Amino acid sequence: MRVYLSEIARVGEALLMVLYASFSFLVFLYRTEKKRKPFYIAQMVLMILIQGLLFMQMLLKTDDLRYLFFFAFQVVVILSTIVMYRLIYPDANLLIVNNMCLLLMISMAILTRLSGTKAVKQFIIVVASLIVALVLPAVVHRFRFLSELWWLYALAGIVALLVVLVLGRVVNGSNINYSVGGVTFQPSEFIKIFFVFYVAAALSRAKGLPQIFLASVIAGAHVLILVFSRDLGAGLIFFVAFFLMLYIARDRFLWLFAGLGSGAFFCVVAYRLFAHVRNRVAAFLDPWSAIEGAGWQVAQSLFGISVGGPFGLGLYGGTPAAIPFVEQDFIFSAVAEELGIVFSVALLLICLSTFFMMLRISERIRDPFYRLLCAGFGIVYIFQVFLTVGGGVKFIPLTGVTLPLVSYGGSSVLATILTFGILQGIVLIRADEHRAAVERLTKEKQGREQAGKGRRSGRSHRISEDEDEEA
Amino acid sequence: MRKRDEQTKGGRQRRVFTPIRVTQGIFAVLFAAMIVYLCLYAYNNRQTMMSNSYNSRQKILLEQNARGSIFARDGEVLAETVTDENGQETRNYPYANTFAHVVGYASKGKSGIEAQENYWLIRSDIALSEKARLADAGAKKNPGNSVTTTLCVPLQEVACKALAAYRGAIIVTDVKTGEILAMVSKPDYDPNEIDRIWDSLLNSSKEDARLLNRVSQGLYPPGSTFKIVTALEYIRENPTDFRNYHFNCSGSYRRGEEVIHCFHGESHGSLDFYKAFQKSCNSAFADIGMTLDRERFAATLKELGLGKEVPVDFVCNASRSDITASSPDDAVMQTAIGQGATAVTPLELNMITQAVANGGVMLTPYLIKSVDSADGKNLYKEAPAKEIARVMSEDEAAILTEMMTLVVNGGTAKRLQEAGYQAAGKTGSAEYDSQQKTESHAWFTGFAPAEDPQIAVTVIVEQAGGGGEYAVPMAKRIFDAWLDGGVPGS
Repeated sequence: MRVYLSEIARVGEALLMVLYASFSFLVFLYRTEKKRKPFYIAQMVLMILIQGLLFMQMLLKTDDLRYLFFFAFQVVVILSTIVMYRLIYPDANLLIVNNMCLLLMISMAILTRLSGTKAVKQFIIVVASLIVALVLPAVVHRFRFLSELWWLYALAGIVALLVVLVLGRVVNGSNINYSVGGVTFQPSEFIKIFFVFYVAAALSRAKGLPQIFLASVIAGAHVLILVFSRDLGAGLIFFVAFFLMLYIARDRFLWLFAGLGSGAFFCVVAYRLFAHVRNRVAAFLDPWSAIEGAGWQVAQSLFGISVGGPFGLGLYGGTPAAIPFVEQDFIFSAVAEELGIVFSVALLLICLSTFFMMLRISERIRDPFYRLLCAGFGIVYIFQVFLTVGGGVKFIPLTGVTLPLVSYGGSSVLATILTFGILQGIVLIRADEHRAAVERLTKEKQGREQAGKGRRSGRSHRISEDEDEEA
Repeated sequence: MRKRDEQTKGGRQRRVFTPIRVTQGIFAVLFAAMIVYLCLYAYNNRQTMMSNSYNSRQKILLEQNARGSIFARDGEVLAETVTDENGQETRNYPYANTFAHVVGYASKGKSGIEAQENYWLIRSDIALSEKARLADAGAKKNPGNSVTTTLCVPLQEVACKALAAYRGAIIVTDVKTGEILAMVSKPDYDPNEIDRIWDSLLNSSKEDARLLNRVSQGLYPPGSTFKIVTALEYIRENPTDFRNYHFNCSGSYRRGEEVIHCFHGESHGSLDFYKAFQKSCNSAFADIGMTLDRERFAATLKELGLGKEVPVDFVCNASRSDITASSPDDAVMQTAIGQGATAVTPLELNMITQAVANGGVMLTPYLIKSVDSADGKNLYKEAPAKEIARVMSEDEAAILTEMMTLVVNGGTAKRLQEAGYQAAGKTGSAEYDSQQKTESHAWFTGFAPAEDPQIAVTVIVEQAGGGGEYAVPMAKRIFDAWLDGGVPGS
């Protein structure tokens, strides 16, 4: 019986994940949240089922009934998060809420399996973050002067980074942490938020080259400080985010190529300058001959991914702990080993659909500051996913960043949940814009109808219908 | 920021921002590439990664499954895991030393088939219902998959006995399929005792090298057996004239500083092409070598597999030759008689022999017939007769067969003459560097029956002397066993 149940759980969760991921893309066929609703409800059901199967696996392997309580807690937290969003913010984008919740659930399941105490710690931080993030949409929605504060973001970011550079503790060859009152922070996670705010504000205000130049200098300062703190992964994310946002703001391919060119140049410089960069590149090109040194992590990660096969070894079936820093930098490999390649590819697609939705929202916004802000957060998010997964599967050299929402790490999960809260605030602003437009068009129509004494205007009618469709 | 309006079919308008769509496209492509890469890399390298000694995941599978068995072609057990009442597992090799190198050992880093097929042996692909039944019956482990080899027990035993206490190697293959029927390397060891004798094996002398599988890893000067290759090249370059070749042997051949001597300094007198091959005249072949186009010779050597990796799954060294278009005279003369910088494995020589016997088509040699789960489900089946390449024309193969038949009939391999079948082959006595320059390895490579070849046998006996006296009788015992009965399936 046990054998059959584990097998059902193992294959079932992968297939449900695929179904969930396909719904994440199907919602793009519909333009209003109202029409997407059936998919969202189906996703919620799938989410609970997937989590149920994951915990069933653990229960079958360990016979520890405490897992049932943990499972129940999580379901309560996740369901109340979704319900609260729906109640407080009827205009919120539920795909982003759903995906966030699903990724958090997977994170809790895999962390529970890797380390019970870490999972509980992470769970507490997640709950606190979710509560804090719940007020963020209202804050962003209410305080519309956020784009005026560009100097504050730049100042805060650079000062915080300098503090880390000077006072930071060295962790794994990079000084990226500091402790305040016994709690260890990884400030670069939060500075990312300030940085996106800064770039969005600066670029949406920039009228010509001098302002763009100034913005580049300040952004460059961020990247340089990060490079000096040897946090190259974060530096790379800041760099890519800046150039893609610049390209989106100015709509000239020139900026894209400028970013690519200077990026390639700086990569070569970093390769020449830093021994640890050369080590990572060597370990990427051939982890097997350096397996006892720099190649160890990548090799163990590849072992894990490969041994799982399509449906994985099952939770508690593998040895993901063989990969150093598995809870932070290699959580994806642990997921692939125990839950299988099908499951982990579906996970990647869900991350991608979240990013696509962020871009879709960005595209619909009229206000250039919020449009850039939204796109910027999306780019930072997806590029970080790309860096951590790509590094773990030997697609690119290892950079040592976390998988947002899934990896262990308080700063990372808090910062990502806050980002998602801010994004929902931008969705509310978009909804306001939309309502204003509908109102304007209705007034125009009424005015015309009065003036033309009931003469119909087909065109304005059609546009207003279109506005109604968009969300 | 430029906004663009896009007319859709229904006349609706939708705002499209090119840079956002481009950004979306960039990441879509990056992720698609990454996902494809991740799946392909994990799938294509799963076997080598599982067998990597740094991969602790092997232990997981071994905790769940009992290591599977290895069978000979007719079902005899070559290796099995026996579990006693305390759950203690031991790997048992019923034939002890006989299959030592080819089957290998499963502890101490693994070797042979135990290493090559480790991925399958430690997995259990029995049906789910079977696993459930075993779990209900209280079994601790599932039975691993079993591997059926192409090895023939009686033939392996004959080969093992024939080589007796000599250092050397014997390989026997089926010329029509490429199946390896026997693979013996000596000195050997008892794999049942591997953990106990491990240190002494590692400390054995360099000459003994008991862990080395000489068939696929031993690189030897091929000596006169290489005249098959030289003859092939000469026929290629002189397709009609080669029969008119004539040479008068006085026991040595001089070209500038370089002198080539015939074996034991014998003078063979007046020779044509066939006689030179039959008597294995070094002087004549040095002369033939000098006439060859070096660029074409190098191409033929490469075509036959020298300097190339052999496409097999077991550990194997590549054979080599230093001939290029600009090789000096002495290098060509030495290569023509299989000396100099030329070094081949017995496996490579066997493959060339197999190609001659198979009408010119070289086949991939293989050891694994099939892999099956413990409940009889086939998981993997090797396709027989996988072609590497046609390395010579049918005519060339027929001429070489004719010449190799002459070697048996009154030539250097005449000890094969008194048999119930017509064999064909070539002997060799390969000199090698040592303090006393006179020492040589005894070689024989050949096949039988010449008119419709079945098996190819390659024998090397280290430091024994002449191939005709030492290697040919061993090959005869193997041909006898296969062709004159005694061996089932022959």
